[in-house]
Amino acid sequence: MSIWEYANPKKFMETSALALPWLTGLSAAFLGAGLFWGYFLTPDAAKFGSTVKIIYLHVPAAMMAISAWMMMLVASLIWLIRRHHVSALAAKAAAPIGLTFTLIGLVTGAIWGQPMWGTWWAWDPRLTSFLILTLFYFGYIALWQAIEDPDTAADLTAVLCIVGSVFAFLSRYAVLFWNQGLHQGASLSLDKQQNVSDVYWLPLLACIAGFVLLFVTLVLLRTRTEIRARRMAALLVRERSA
Amino acid sequence: MRALLLRDLRLAFRAGGGFGLSLAFFLMVAVIVPLGVGPAPATLALIAAGVLWVGALLAALLSLDRIFALDYEDGSLDLLATSPLPLGGVVAMKALAHWLTTGLPLVAASPVLAVLLNLPAQGYFWLLVSLAIGTPALSIIGAFGASLTVGLKRGGLLLGLLVLPLYIPTLIFGAEVVKSGAAGAAIGTPLAALAAITAGAWAGLPLAAAMAIGANLR
Repeated sequence: MSIWEYANPKKFMETSALALPWLTGLSAAFLGAGLFWGYFLTPDAAKFGSTVKIIYLHVPAAMMAISAWMMMLVASLIWLIRRHHVSALAAKAAAPIGLTFTLIGLVTGAIWGQPMWGTWWAWDPRLTSFLILTLFYFGYIALWQAIEDPDTAADLTAVLCIVGSVFAFLSRYAVLFWNQGLHQGASLSLDKQQNVSDVYWLPLLACIAGFVLLFVTLVLLRTRTEIRARRMAALLVRERSA
Repeated sequence: MRALLLRDLRLAFRAGGGFGLSLAFFLMVAVIVPLGVGPAPATLALIAAGVLWVGALLAALLSLDRIFALDYEDGSLDLLATSPLPLGGVVAMKALAHWLTTGLPLVAASPVLAVLLNLPAQGYFWLLVSLAIGTPALSIIGAFGASLTVGLKRGGLLLGLLVLPLYIPTLIFGAEVVKSGAAGAAIGTPLAALAAITAGAWAGLPLAAAMAIGANLR
């Protein structure tokens, strides 16, 4: 029993069919509980008023936007090395979800920044590198759509994903060098003593868990769709040649 | 490899178009920007470094699809791929030819355009240095982008979408060198970073581009 068994589309479909209802339920429960708790049961912060509550969307979405790219990078590497089609399709499936998370992060950040910083947008390092990440997502998705042959598309997007990761990383540091900004530093970490106070911390954890589960659910769902689309295309070809 | 380089250079010179065109485009950018933002010398001096670098980026972008497209159409790319030359070397030579025909003239022309944009006098030397170090990176990154889109009918727009985000670090450090140099500040860090990007890109990207071409020719 090895993890590569799930690279078999049939095995993947069976397992994911079993797991999906649970994952859906769990992510709905975590997100629902976290958001309800965060929005209705926590006090307003002294400095920020009720705007603080946007972190329940902003922080998990931003975290997942980066994690989604990491997942695509791993999936791309697996595709290039072991040529498992499910892996390439999972990377393809994750891209629009990651893009959506990036956009959620940018939009909620703008909505928060307007009353707090007095501006919708600033060329702050974090904001800029997020915008650059959005551009990478756009390019990646556009390349998938532009190429007709599925294997070529998988190869080229995988190479782009790897090179893009290096350059996204470089941009992150270039931008940091280029401008010091408004965005506060990390206020969540496992090893620090002083985090955000527990009142906000616990519902935020629930929301982060909810977003992770949501991401996994959506990727599985979309990968299943891609596999079905691939099968359908194969059936159509067979029908035409018969 | 040298034969390939010479062949590409000859093609670029004799077929015309590509060689002068990106230079003319660079000139257009330098002319259009003052028309857009107004002729105030102080404003121009402030943005000159950035505008020249953005112009270099766009000028390089314009000529990228020529790197592989013609060879792909007439089949010589297939021949090159099956030849004993390593494909990464082919990519590197083609990128070098691209740099010699578009990047180098651009470096040479940049001081003239800097006059148009009222770049402070201290900045000229650093403009030349940063472009000379940075534009090779633009060529190889562009060759990588072109290798991804070589099989596509309408790859032009997509190429821009793919390549421009990859140009961002080069642009930031390149413009930073000129800006700090013009202001008389220390330029060590951005210059080192710019050189590192160029060196790293030339070391790694030919292989990635070779992989992409391999996938495209399959």
